[in-house]
Amino acid sequence: MTTFLAQLLNGLQYGLLLFLIGSGLTLIFGVMGVINLAHGSLFMIGAYLAYVVAGYTGTFWLALPAAIAGGLLFGTFLEAALFRRFRDREHLDQVLLTFALILIFEEARSILIDNQFHSVAVPALLDFSVPIVGGFAYSAYRLAVLAVCLAVAALMLLFVERTNIGASIRAAAENPEMVGLLGVDARRIHMLVFAAGTALAMLAGALAAPLQSVYPGMGDGFLILSFIVVVIGGLGSIGGAFWAALLVGMVDTLGKAYVPQLAGIAVCGMMALVLLVRPAGLFARG
Amino acid sequence: MSHVSRRKILVGALAAGALARPAIAQGAPLKIGLMLPFSGTFAGLGENIAAAFELCLAENGGKFGGRAVTIVRLDDESDPSKAPANANRLVGRDNVDALVGTVHSGVVMALVQAAREKEIPLVIPNAGNVAATRDLCSPSVFRSSFSNWQPAYGMGKVLAAKGVKKAAWVTWDYAAGKESAEGFRDGLKSGGAELTHVLTVPFPETNFQPILAQIAGLGVEAVGSFFAGGGAIQFVKDYAAAGLRDKIPLCGSGFLTEGVLKPQGAAAEGIQTALHYGDGLDNAKNKWFREAFTKATTRQADVYAVQGYDAGQILAAGLAATKGDASAIKALAAGILATKIDSPRGAFTLSASHNPIQTIWLREARNGENKVIGPAAEALADPGTGCKMAV
Repeated sequence: MTTFLAQLLNGLQYGLLLFLIGSGLTLIFGVMGVINLAHGSLFMIGAYLAYVVAGYTGTFWLALPAAIAGGLLFGTFLEAALFRRFRDREHLDQVLLTFALILIFEEARSILIDNQFHSVAVPALLDFSVPIVGGFAYSAYRLAVLAVCLAVAALMLLFVERTNIGASIRAAAENPEMVGLLGVDARRIHMLVFAAGTALAMLAGALAAPLQSVYPGMGDGFLILSFIVVVIGGLGSIGGAFWAALLVGMVDTLGKAYVPQLAGIAVCGMMALVLLVRPAGLFARG
Repeated sequence: MSHVSRRKILVGALAAGALARPAIAQGAPLKIGLMLPFSGTFAGLGENIAAAFELCLAENGGKFGGRAVTIVRLDDESDPSKAPANANRLVGRDNVDALVGTVHSGVVMALVQAAREKEIPLVIPNAGNVAATRDLCSPSVFRSSFSNWQPAYGMGKVLAAKGVKKAAWVTWDYAAGKESAEGFRDGLKSGGAELTHVLTVPFPETNFQPILAQIAGLGVEAVGSFFAGGGAIQFVKDYAAAGLRDKIPLCGSGFLTEGVLKPQGAAAEGIQTALHYGDGLDNAKNKWFREAFTKATTRQADVYAVQGYDAGQILAAGLAATKGDASAIKALAAGILATKIDSPRGAFTLSASHNPIQTIWLREARNGENKVIGPAAEALADPGTGCKMAV
C-alpha cells in the first residue's frame, strides 16, 4: 500500500512534467493547426541549455530563466522565419518541415556540444531527501519540480480562462476563421502561442536535466507521450491536456511498476481506447 | 562408391589450393584492421583500446610472428546499422589479415559474422555479449575482455558468501542486462542464495522512479545492477536520493562505477562492484603497463586500455605459433590457447570457447577510485553453453 502511494506520487510528478510539454503542443496544434514533431527536440534543447548554463555559471538556478527567455526568443524566431510560411500548407509539408527541424537540431547539438551523456548536478540548496512512505524518500529537488509544474499549470489555466488574450486563444483553437472575422490579429496570437509553447518545452527540459541526465534524443519518448496527451485531452484544450497528462503519467508509471511486460503498450492501449469511445478526446468541449 | 572418389577429388583440389595459395611473402606486412568507435559516445573507449593495442605492437618491435604489421583504423561510430558495411570494407576493400573490434555489442556481431565466413582471426577487445563465445563461437573468434555473465557472477558469489539470502537485479531491458542478470543469479546460487526479482527499465530511459519505489518493499537484502555510462550516473544518484543507500546496499557489475565516479560523487561512496580490473591492482605487469600507457598517451590507463593491450598479446601469441600466417586458423588458435597471457589484470588463459578464464576482482568505490579489495571469483570461465566448437 505504501509502495502504491509512492508510485502515485511518481506518476503525479511525471505527469506534471508531461503537462509542461504537452500543453504547448496542444496549443500549437489547436490554434495554428501545425503538427510540430520537433517539440521533443525543443525539450532536449532546454535540457542542454541547462547543462551549458549550469556548467558555465556554476549555478543551476540561472538555467530556468535562461530556458524561459531563450524559449520565448527561439519560438518567436521559428514562428516568424518558418512556421508562419507553412500555415496554409498541407499537413504533409508541415510534417516534413518539423521532421527536418529534428534532424537539424540533433546535428547542431552534435556539432556545438557533443554526443555524450551528461549529468547535471542537483542544486546544492535542494540536494537532500525527504522521507515519504515505507522507507522511500523523495529528493527535495524532485518535490520542487512538482511544485513548479503545479504553479505553471495554475498560471496557464488562469491566463487562458480568465484573460482577454486567453479568450482569443481559446476562440482561435475552436474556430480560427471566426476569430479573424472578429478583428483579432491572428498573427499575434500565433506568435504568442508558438513562443509560449517553445518556452514551456524548454523549461520542462531544463527542469528535467538533473532528474534524467542530458543525452541525445532524450526528447523522443516525451514527444510520443505528449502527442498521446494531446489526443486524449482533445486538441487545443489546456484543461484537457492537464488531466490527460496526469492520466498518462499515472498509467505509464504504474504500468512500469506493476506490469513491466506491458509498460511499452499500456499508454498506447489507453489512447486506442479513448479514440474508440470519444474520438474528439476525453476532455473536448461539446 | 562414387562419393569416395568425389571426396578424393575434393581433397586433391584442396591440396592444390593450398599449394596455389601465395606463400606468405616474408617481406609483405601483415594488415590488421582496428574497427572501433573513434567518434560518438564511446570514442574515448575506442581511443584507449587502439592506443594500448599499438603499445603492445611497439613493445614487439612493430612485428607479430616475425612479420611487420600495418594497422588500418576504421571508425564504426557504434552504429549497428553501418556495421556490416564497415566490416566488409575492412575485409573486402582493405584486405586485412586479422580484425580487432569492437566496443558496442550490436556492432560486434557483424565482425563475428565476417570472421566466421572469411575465416579471419578476430579479437574482441570489449563487447561482452555472451553469444560471441557461446552459440556463435568460432575457431577464429577470440575475446580479450569478458562476457557479461562473468562480472555479475562474481558479485553474486560475494553476496552469497556474505550471508545474503535474497537479492534483486536492476537493469535496462536489453541483451547485456539479461545476460548479466543470469550471471548474478548463478553466482548467488553457487553460495545458496536466490535472485528473487529482476526489475527492468526500457533502454536507454533514465526515469528510475517506478523501480526505486518498489525496492524497499521487495524484502531483499541487497540490490545488484548493470548500468553503464550516463545511466549508471543517474541510477546511483537516484538510488541514494530515494533513501535506499543506507538500507539496502547497492552493488553491481563493475561498469556501474567505471569511469563515472566523479559525477556520481558521494552517492557512489562505498558501492562494491565486481570486474576483471580495478584500481590499485598490485602486480609488476600492471605497474609497468600503467606507466607505459601514460607515457605514450598522457592519459590514465583503464579497463578498456587493458583489454586493447591484451587483444594485441593474444594476436601476438597466435601469430608467433604460425610464424606470421594469419590464415592458419587451427594452428593460430592452438597457439593462443596454449599461451598464458601476461595481462595487467593478472595472467589468464582462454577457455575452449575462446573467452578469458580470469579472476573477477571485488572493488569498492572510495575517494573517486574503484579500489580492489580482493578476488570475487578466481579463474572464472564463462559456461560457454551452446558452443559446439571442436578444439
